[in-house]
Amino acid sequence: MTEKYLTVTALTKYIKRKMDMDPHLRNIWLKGEISNFKLHSRGHMYLTIKDDGARINAVMFAGNNRSLKFKPEDGMKVLIRGEISVFEATGQYQLYIQQMEPDGIGSLYLAFEQLKEKLRKQGYFDQQYKKSIPQMPNHIGVITSPTGAAVRDIITTIKRRYPVVQVTVLPVLVQGMNAASSISKAIKKANEMELFDCIILGRGGGSIEELWGFNEEVVAEAIFKSKIPIISAVGHETDTTISDYVADLRAPTPTGAAELAVPSQYELLGKILKMKQSLNSLISITIKHHRGNLERMSNAYAFRYPEQLIRQKEQELDKAKERMDRAFQLIVHTSSQRLSNGKTRLLTQHPKRRLDIATKTLQQLVKQNNQLMKQYVEMQSIQLNRSMDKLTLLNPLEIMKRGFAIPYTQAGNIIKTSTQIKQKDHIRINFHDGIVNCEVLDIKEINDG
Amino acid sequence: MDKYKELTFEEAMEKLEEIIGKLEEGDVPLEKAISYYQDGMVLSKICGDKLNHIQEKMVQIMNEQGELVPFDIQEDEKQ
Repeated sequence: MTEKYLTVTALTKYIKRKMDMDPHLRNIWLKGEISNFKLHSRGHMYLTIKDDGARINAVMFAGNNRSLKFKPEDGMKVLIRGEISVFEATGQYQLYIQQMEPDGIGSLYLAFEQLKEKLRKQGYFDQQYKKSIPQMPNHIGVITSPTGAAVRDIITTIKRRYPVVQVTVLPVLVQGMNAASSISKAIKKANEMELFDCIILGRGGGSIEELWGFNEEVVAEAIFKSKIPIISAVGHETDTTISDYVADLRAPTPTGAAELAVPSQYELLGKILKMKQSLNSLISITIKHHRGNLERMSNAYAFRYPEQLIRQKEQELDKAKERMDRAFQLIVHTSSQRLSNGKTRLLTQHPKRRLDIATKTLQQLVKQNNQLMKQYVEMQSIQLNRSMDKLTLLNPLEIMKRGFAIPYTQAGNIIKTSTQIKQKDHIRINFHDGIVNCEVLDIKEINDG
Repeated sequence: MDKYKELTFEEAMEKLEEIIGKLEEGDVPLEKAISYYQDGMVLSKICGDKLNHIQEKMVQIMNEQGELVPFDIQEDEKQ
């Protein structure tokens, strides 16, 4: 009999298999409202999706919900893609969510993310472009709606903290179709006016549609190009717009923006008082320091016992003098020694000695010279006598005495051959004791070879 | 100490901080230190006076003609 009965597990498994096999349940596109949202500590999300007529349990596992670009909340309308299956332990069928995005504003949300990504890539959010907010501004421009809580919060906060600052409201539309162009024009206008050293841009809280003007590219561009630093305060702390990212400083609320824009007068007074106190303590420290120096110096040994200083110097002087004398004597001594040495050396070099030597040498040389001269003269006279004898022997007159004569032509040339003369020529014959003029009678040639 | 009369509040505050910084460095010659001190006291008085005798400035708004006119906060209206 018991075979008729199924176990709960078997039944549940059967139902689960039925559902898992249905292709329509494998890929479901569902729209509804979130309720009973619960984020488990391990990261999974448990929630119920409902509409007016029904509800279904749903789970979105951490692996899927990590890429969600929004925080699901109760009451939020959503668009879901997922599948249906059975959770066997409780026998409940439930929706396993794979993707989820806010319904209705889904397209706006997408646009927001896309613009944010684009501007980030273009460097609109880079810290390096952030201008610093002046600590003590003179004139603040407030770009917001002239009506409503935001402008009132900003102005009252500024005036409470720092009444000296001038505030000018540039009224703009903060929601609706024309908000973006109104806001961007006001930012440009504020830059043209050249009055402000700081701008607060803001509005009160609202839905994403209401805040949308602050998410438009024209506004982002106007903020980025503004030469004046801009504090952005759009909506409440949880609402973040593109304007907040681009602005030089983001304030959580309009009141916060005012607090960031101006210092508190009372804080400043406190700061002045504190500085005055440090001035006083610093000057007394300085004077004390200098007085200490003075006292230390006037207590110095030299000031207390000046004569001691002189005595010591006297002693030093004496010692120095002694040293000087000793050194001087040493110098005199060595100098005189050098002098006497020099004298001795000089005497050995006296000119008289050299003169004596030279005279002696001279006498010897003269004597030698005379002797040589005498020898030479004797030799020469002998030579002369010998030469004179030779000369006598060679004298032609002597030869002619022995019977020789010299014939000359009429012209006076010596006749050396018979060919020099002809018959009847007149010739002259010189003898050693006279001259005979002759006429040539005959010429006979002698050929004796 | 007329030389500080022309300073704006911010400039005077900056100057005052600068003087304190110099004194804090120590090793300041005495005459210099006293002159810093005197200047500092004058500056702190100027700053204090300026803050205490602040003329509250009117808030203005740009109207549609682009003119700046006095602005009254409309307390009753809520957005």
